[in-house]
Amino acid sequence: MNAKTPARSQRRAPSVADGRDARRDRDLLYGLYRQLWRVRHFEESIGRLNKQGKILGGVYSGRGQEAIVVGTIYGLRRDDKVAPVHRDMGAFLVKGMSARQMMSQIMARASAPSRGKDSWTHTGDLEIGVIGSTSMLASSMPIAAGVALAGRMLGRDSVAVCYFGEGSTARGDFHEALNFAGIHRIPCVWICENNQYAYSTPPALESAVPFYKKGEAYGMPSCAIDGNDVLEVYDTTMAAVERARRGEGGTFVECVTYRMDGHSEADQANYRDRAEVERWAEKDPIGRYRRYLLDHGFDEADLPEPPPDVVQEVRDAVEFAQNSPLPEGHEAAEDLFDESAGVTHWATPYPNYVRTPWLGR
Amino acid sequence: MHQTTYLGAIREGIAEEMRREERVFVLGEDVGVYGGAFKVTDGFHDEFGPERVIDMPIAESAIVGVSIGAALMGMRPVAEMQFMDFISCGFDQIVNEAATYRYRYGGACSVPMVVRGPSGGNIHGGLFHSQSREAWFTQVAGLKVVMPATAYDAKGLIKAAIRDNNPVIFFEHKYLYRRVKENIPDEEYIVPLGKARVASAGTDITVVTWGAMVSLCQAAAELLEEDDIDLEVIDIRTMVPLDTETILESVRKTNRVMVVHEASRTGGFGGEIAAILAEQAFDSLDAPIVRIASADTHVPFSPPLERFYLPSVTDVVEAARKLARY
Ligand SMILES: Cc1ncc(C[n+]2csc(CCOP(=O)(O)OP(=O)(O)O)c2C)c(N)n1
Repeated sequence: MNAKTPARSQRRAPSVADGRDARRDRDLLYGLYRQLWRVRHFEESIGRLNKQGKILGGVYSGRGQEAIVVGTIYGLRRDDKVAPVHRDMGAFLVKGMSARQMMSQIMARASAPSRGKDSWTHTGDLEIGVIGSTSMLASSMPIAAGVALAGRMLGRDSVAVCYFGEGSTARGDFHEALNFAGIHRIPCVWICENNQYAYSTPPALESAVPFYKKGEAYGMPSCAIDGNDVLEVYDTTMAAVERARRGEGGTFVECVTYRMDGHSEADQANYRDRAEVERWAEKDPIGRYRRYLLDHGFDEADLPEPPPDVVQEVRDAVEFAQNSPLPEGHEAAEDLFDESAGVTHWATPYPNYVRTPWLGR
Repeated sequence: MHQTTYLGAIREGIAEEMRREERVFVLGEDVGVYGGAFKVTDGFHDEFGPERVIDMPIAESAIVGVSIGAALMGMRPVAEMQFMDFISCGFDQIVNEAATYRYRYGGACSVPMVVRGPSGGNIHGGLFHSQSREAWFTQVAGLKVVMPATAYDAKGLIKAAIRDNNPVIFFEHKYLYRRVKENIPDEEYIVPLGKARVASAGTDITVVTWGAMVSLCQAAAELLEEDDIDLEVIDIRTMVPLDTETILESVRKTNRVMVVHEASRTGGFGGEIAAILAEQAFDSLDAPIVRIASADTHVPFSPPLERFYLPSVTDVVEAARKLARY
């Protein structure tokens, strides 16, 4: 795909198997493969730990959608920003947060980036450009626009990439963010992960128009692509990122994919039929990409499933997290205010009745 | 009599109202075929059909706004927030629209609607699935605010809320959803909004509380029997309207009072109750009013942090001992 591709609205683009020019850098091709496995293997190990009761709170699998976070982030610079959501655990890893950090995060350890304050993807690392998520769907979209705007105001050519499920395109914050971004040609690439369901709700009950049309409505080039084809996602995003860097504004990319597991580990997903799930299993982004690589100069031996260094990394992360202490109760009161200027805010949190002086504690 | 959970009681209550009155309908995310994230509307889609059980897009502002519009036309919507935390996304519609219509129209219209959903913590839900936000809405005139503590009340109060001609914010405590199992009557009953309940009778200290803290305070009351301290636990059931009479009556009898709630302390509704007592029962008090609440921070995720944040039985027991000695 050339740089102009995203300008063309289309429902589907060709898949990897359609024989695109494969004389790409071998390192890039293998790098994408390795990251796909990193994300999958990490999430699979979360699933196992969850079954063993070692994880508290919700678990939202992104199995089947790995090509999106890998394809959109692999080509970014360190100073570019990503704003992933709940199903994008992989985005944190690909953008540079460590498996140790994220494993500690979901095990609520003191060593986690949020220090046990919250779980899952409700954290980030501004140093490496990870604007984390909250549970407030679409709320990070105006924030991503602000991050991208600030980059421009500070005279940099960094860009932001913002993620959201197709279901979240119904919320006001989605529309407010895109409207603003459209007006000001904000250097942010909008990645709609259309995985066919918002919890139990199918697209027909989420939107009366194809999702990518919503990007068009706000004056930015928009397209729908095969979200299970990592090369297509990579090419499309890189073209959009370059466009944003040149100051030409954002692009809306609908990545069509499928959520292979339930909404969360607690959801049996009985609202969809087996045949549909099986159809999508055939389009598994990893298996498919592997076949592509085998057709394009790689051998079986080049493509371990999963790569041993990935297995090692995840094993180490689990061990590290399990051996890390939980935070201590009183730490609940920390990190609420920035007190670096030496000012202690009056509302520094106290437990319960400790501020009833005569009761003491 | 039949046994039901707190959650099942809410389901029964809404279903009965839908059978009784055609104009009652439910709307919210995944409330249809799926039956709701917590299964409160399980079976509704089959019984009432998609016209009265509307699966909404992820758009809380629209869920509330659509409810307001329908209510103005005489319908009686019951809107579900998948988690009450997300009510902030529909906040403007609730506080600036639902709450003000009747006032602005000189009493010439009403907005009979309910916004309901799971709130509260102690389930390791983290910052965005654990909040107790009832106090936010008590500051807004024109809204009624309810939080049941038992299955019996959950059913009786949801029915009253649906029949009420005003916007009612109905906080369900998700910690109680499946933990509470009770026998409730087979016959229809209503628990009126604005009538508090003496959950445990006592003579030494009045504890004013609501939601999941009611059973916690009752557990403390049992422990305190050993100390010969007799707690009277008052479950206010509704913050607006507030049954000040029942509270005052109890305080005039015990002369000592503690307010216990799960929401964080500063700006919590406990402050309002304390102020009412200071204004209206100062002469009856033998000791300062004690507030027990969560810490002034977010509801943290990691178990030791959440334990620190939430009021505990021990907190209530220790405070009661000191209060009794004062
Ligand atoms: C504002 C808000 N409303 C409701 C929810 C509850 N909720 C969490 S995920 C989800 C479905 C999200 O669907 P989509 O945006 O398509 O993302 P997907 O989960 O399919 O990846 C819902 C309704 C929420 N987190 N935030």
